[in-house]
Amino acid sequence: MTVNRAGDSATGLRDQAPRQIPTPADLAPAVRSPAPPIEVTGAQSLVLSLEAAGAEVVFGIPGGAILPAYDPLLDSVKVRHILVRHEQGAGHAAEGYASATGKVGVCMATSGPGATNLVTAIADAYMDSVPIVAITGQVSSKTIGTDAFQEADIRGITMPITKHSYLVTDPAEIPAAIKEAFHIASTGRPGPVLVDITKDALTGSTTFTWPADVALPGYKPVTRPHHKQIRAAARLIRESKRPVFYLGGGIVRAEAAQELRELVDLAGIPLVTTLMARGVVPDSHPLHLGMPGMHGSVAAVTALQKADLLIAIGTRFDDRVTGDLSSFAPGAKVIHADIDPAEVSKNRGADVPIVGDAKAVIEDLTVALRADAEAGRAGDYTAWRERTRGWAQTYPLGYRPADNATAIPPQYVIERIGALTGPDAVYVAGVGQHQMWAAQFVQYERPNAWLNSGGLGTMGYSVPAAMGAKVGEPDRTVWAIDGDGCFQMTNQELATCVINKIPIKVAIINNSSLGMVRQWQTLFYGERYSNTDLHTSAAGSRVPDFVKLADAYGCVGLRCDKTEDVDATIAKALEINDVPVVIDFVVERDAMVWPMVPAGVSNDLVTTARAMTPVWDRDDDAAEGVH
Amino acid sequence: MARHTLSVLVEDKPGVLARISGLISRRGFNIDSLAVGPTENDDISRMTIVVDVDETALEQVTKQLNKLVEVLKVVELDESASVQRELLLIKVRCDASSRAEIVQITQMFRCNVVDVGLDAVVIEATGTPGKLTALLDVLDPYGVREIVQSGLVGVARGGKSITDRGRRSA
Repeated sequence: MTVNRAGDSATGLRDQAPRQIPTPADLAPAVRSPAPPIEVTGAQSLVLSLEAAGAEVVFGIPGGAILPAYDPLLDSVKVRHILVRHEQGAGHAAEGYASATGKVGVCMATSGPGATNLVTAIADAYMDSVPIVAITGQVSSKTIGTDAFQEADIRGITMPITKHSYLVTDPAEIPAAIKEAFHIASTGRPGPVLVDITKDALTGSTTFTWPADVALPGYKPVTRPHHKQIRAAARLIRESKRPVFYLGGGIVRAEAAQELRELVDLAGIPLVTTLMARGVVPDSHPLHLGMPGMHGSVAAVTALQKADLLIAIGTRFDDRVTGDLSSFAPGAKVIHADIDPAEVSKNRGADVPIVGDAKAVIEDLTVALRADAEAGRAGDYTAWRERTRGWAQTYPLGYRPADNATAIPPQYVIERIGALTGPDAVYVAGVGQHQMWAAQFVQYERPNAWLNSGGLGTMGYSVPAAMGAKVGEPDRTVWAIDGDGCFQMTNQELATCVINKIPIKVAIINNSSLGMVRQWQTLFYGERYSNTDLHTSAAGSRVPDFVKLADAYGCVGLRCDKTEDVDATIAKALEINDVPVVIDFVVERDAMVWPMVPAGVSNDLVTTARAMTPVWDRDDDAAEGVH
Repeated sequence: MARHTLSVLVEDKPGVLARISGLISRRGFNIDSLAVGPTENDDISRMTIVVDVDETALEQVTKQLNKLVEVLKVVELDESASVQRELLLIKVRCDASSRAEIVQITQMFRCNVVDVGLDAVVIEATGTPGKLTALLDVLDPYGVREIVQSGLVGVARGGKSITDRGRRSA
């Protein structure tokens, strides 16, 4: 940089008339090949860096400290900025974009409140390992620490919920920070990276060169599993009698569904897919037992409990899966493969720990199991397969409308949305009952078709994440399956969808309450419904009236309150592809999510309906030596 | 629970101390002491962290530390195979009648009197935590007015360096 300036003086360039400030588009071709550094502002350098990093879309809102960056952004032909209505929406949109496409999502906000509004989405991305880069403006470096207007230590605030973060005060550091941020977000275990840039770094002058490499000596994710561990895993699989594949969202992020299919078909071992991994193996696959956990299928929960071996890949033994940890899968040895070494043996000790990328682990396991099969020593799981299939047939997922119910069963709405829209669509849920029903009653046949807030459980995720998914996958139908509570947390993004022509479809599963909390109040708090009534449909009050709200935003608003109208309403929504559609499905209020394992108890206590416990064949268990 | 000493090499960047101390506290690990200082390499700092955890938590804390982008290496220092020291400054009440005794004690403990006043002395002592505790016990009856203690620092015995290749990371 210094050398360059000296050069300028020597050639008298500085004495010329003020030059036209180059736009990022003018400068873009220079990015492709190593070219001499270009004189730019920090803000231009940021936009050039985003272009060079391959960012196609940025969701954000401008404000004081980030304002300089928005000027060159206006001229960028490569980066499309979508102006959202709340920064949380920008964050979730970046997540939805990333989860649907596998690319890095980008969101941008100003300092202080703009940045703190991103916090929920960043925490969400951290829990669910979503690759996003959050760019925030910061007050000028000279005023940092003075409680300046709109100052917040966003780097400090987000330290526990980011994979890594930067505070950039020198414009010369912007390209490296952006390059590293994208690299860190998308490699290893993906996650959110924050780049906080001071206003003076954005306005200062610098030169732009896109670094050829990242210099991160302390960041070297292990992707290739150790062959010794793969051999040990193959041995355990060979020797086991009751193995289960316990498959998690890491496989979705590793884009390893195809490789997984080969492994599963070769091994002939029953499998479960967690909430984060729905669709990573098609639900129609004969070995598929469903989703495990608190609201998992009886077959999936029971298979894990009675297994003698868990082959866990890209999953983290979350408490919502394991229930009471000490009684989880009591008779099982554990093979645990994850790209994050800290997840292996964190909650449940692994007999064979494997650190590596899910795709590489699956490929290597396939090779090892094929060798075993060819040597005629593959395990025989016929009897076990039959047993698990028996559970699946005896206790299928289902629902029974409440005895006195006249309204639509919510499960039916969700089932019909899935059936009429098909497996190519993207389904994005909020958090609560509708989320569980959407995980249960939509048939997922491909990865990245199911987006939800699994780890953090963020109400309000659905609408903005669906918006982001639709931007990333414009040719797919994108359904936001939302609750009346969740919808009211982020529905302002309907404005963004209308103005930017992002025609998502929103199905509000409107039971006029915070349904999951109400379910717990029904079951565990003596039907004392403290603060869960939302007045959005019951007893004639509609605050707000979702159809009018949709109309006010310029969406098509539909209401459906009869079971016989559900199909026609969905069909109508599927025909509208130029504007967002919002459907107010007025549903049965007392419907509950089943099966259920109450929080903190053993998964052995799974109940299929209120006070209904599966009847197990005790002799069968005794013969296997499990409880 | 047991005390474990971790030697952590980190990139010398702003915020790295906050990152590490924050990680340890939010994951619920008990930290006994933490010392940071420069190393033979200008870009690298070395932290010595003493944690009071069981084996499972130790594995978790080292794995979590290793995940931090700015952490270059984490090594556990075995107490018997390393030299571990703390620095202690003690201000002890001391008049003419007790001065000789106190000086004698400092000699026995091989530490130094670094400041002498009319009614107090400041003693500088380095050593293992055990030795320093013993010294404090002996000085206690004279009236300890102030104690300032550094975090523990440690280095492995023998010719190998923490940065040598092949040295097993914790």
